[in-house]
Amino acid sequence: MEMEDLKQVVFLLIGIIVAFTVVMTMVAYTVLAERRVLGFIQGRLGPNRVGYGGFLQPFADLLKFILKEDIVPDKSTRFVYFLAPVIATTAALMTIVVYPFGPEIHLPVLGTIHLVIARFDVALLYVLGVTSVGVYGIALAGWSSNNKYSLMGGLRSSAQMISYELALGLALIGVILQSGTLDLYSIVEQQAGHLGISGWNLFWVQPLGFLIYLIAAIAETNRVPFDLPEAETELVAGFHTEYSAMKFALFFLAEYVNMFTVSMLATTLFLGGWNGPFVHELPWLGVFYFFGKVILFLFLYIWLRGTLPRFRFDQLMSFGWKFLVPLAIINIVLTATLQWSPLFDYVSKFLKTSAGWLG
Amino acid sequence: MAIGCAISMVAQRNPLYSAISLIGVFISLACLYVTLSAPFIAAVQVIVYAGAIMVLVVFVIMLLNVDQAERPPRRLRSLIPIAVGLAAVLFAEAVFIIFFVQASPATPAHNISNVGLTASIGTGLFTGYLLPFEITSILLLMAIVGAMSLARRGGLIQPQANRNETETSNQR
Repeated sequence: MEMEDLKQVVFLLIGIIVAFTVVMTMVAYTVLAERRVLGFIQGRLGPNRVGYGGFLQPFADLLKFILKEDIVPDKSTRFVYFLAPVIATTAALMTIVVYPFGPEIHLPVLGTIHLVIARFDVALLYVLGVTSVGVYGIALAGWSSNNKYSLMGGLRSSAQMISYELALGLALIGVILQSGTLDLYSIVEQQAGHLGISGWNLFWVQPLGFLIYLIAAIAETNRVPFDLPEAETELVAGFHTEYSAMKFALFFLAEYVNMFTVSMLATTLFLGGWNGPFVHELPWLGVFYFFGKVILFLFLYIWLRGTLPRFRFDQLMSFGWKFLVPLAIINIVLTATLQWSPLFDYVSKFLKTSAGWLG
Repeated sequence: MAIGCAISMVAQRNPLYSAISLIGVFISLACLYVTLSAPFIAAVQVIVYAGAIMVLVVFVIMLLNVDQAERPPRRLRSLIPIAVGLAAVLFAEAVFIIFFVQASPATPAHNISNVGLTASIGTGLFTGYLLPFEITSILLLMAIVGAMSLARRGGLIQPQANRNETETSNQR
């Protein structure tokens, strides 16, 4: 019926706009938080001049990026040069449509809505696919700058990203084996346990899978300790050497959005998404739980950045291929084997079904 | 969009633009798969083709640095009649398929039921199509091992002196 379709389209549009705004705002403040937290780790205060405690700093940064002079290298291939940051940012932003932000919400006039923008069967594969396409942004940026160092930096970074994508995918197979579905909303629903906490995939099934996923995700987003392709900008050059002003801002944004989406995937798959105490009585609490867990991951990222030295590139590649991939395969075999045992079933049922007396 | 990308892929001189157009073709094909209600195949297409194979192709193009200025476009005028003939054949085939071929009745409808495409592909792969699945896995393993051995500076069997040299250089 036409009214139904129109309602659905309007919901989708509103959902997209709201999610986009929320994500962009949180990413901007993640940049600020990173600078402040890094400052505290390093024994200094971060930027705190602009606004109270620095909370207007992202706007100052945005203004700076817009007003900077836009330099285009003379001999670069122009189409690809302009296309690369667009690919990186678009691929980073496309994944936010499949994450469930909260349980079912009953609105007074509009009926029941699920707090997820698009719910389809192969949501997890979609996320992996879009992450794979994001590699092109970096590879094409390195190429189109017409600069040998950029090219090498870009290729190194892409090689790192595709290697750790493999470990990422394999780590997720354990979760898929446990949940039996690729749909992110169902995976979150299955993690409701006693008090909303005991059913999390982190505790029962997949501590090893979680660790592998976390390490692979940090490598995917080019963060410390795996940020050699970026740190080369401090030493020699990297894939975004020749980019200035707004295009650099897009790359920067793409990296932080990637960090954000990877944290969202980690909370959805391992930390129970929007589950938490009393979430079924007060559905809006689910949204707070979700974002609280995501912020926890972002803080972990920033903390790691302030604390660890970075890997050399060959150490990085050998770690990915020789250690993480076999470990992920062992994790899959272990999970699959354990699913046959009745003890596993019993403990799973105990942890995962909510008793109904609390939450 | 798929046709536009495909034409652009063939017509571009710069090989990197061709590669990007090919990525566009694969992504458009994935969208077409989604409209045919096969989301699993669409996602796998993006992951495998556009995400892995094309990355390899793009790496090769970038590392080999094929420059379009080095190859002046040669027109090969003698081949134009053959090209026109083949294009006419292609056009005739397209017209024939569009106008004269009836849609085949009833693709197996039980796949679109609530089992879901992923589950039915999975069960099919592990029961009916098990032998091709295993053979394909062994084929891919052979390809990986072959690529690695070819990359090790000159093949499988090396004399003793060369082997010491390659081992120390690989340990760097």
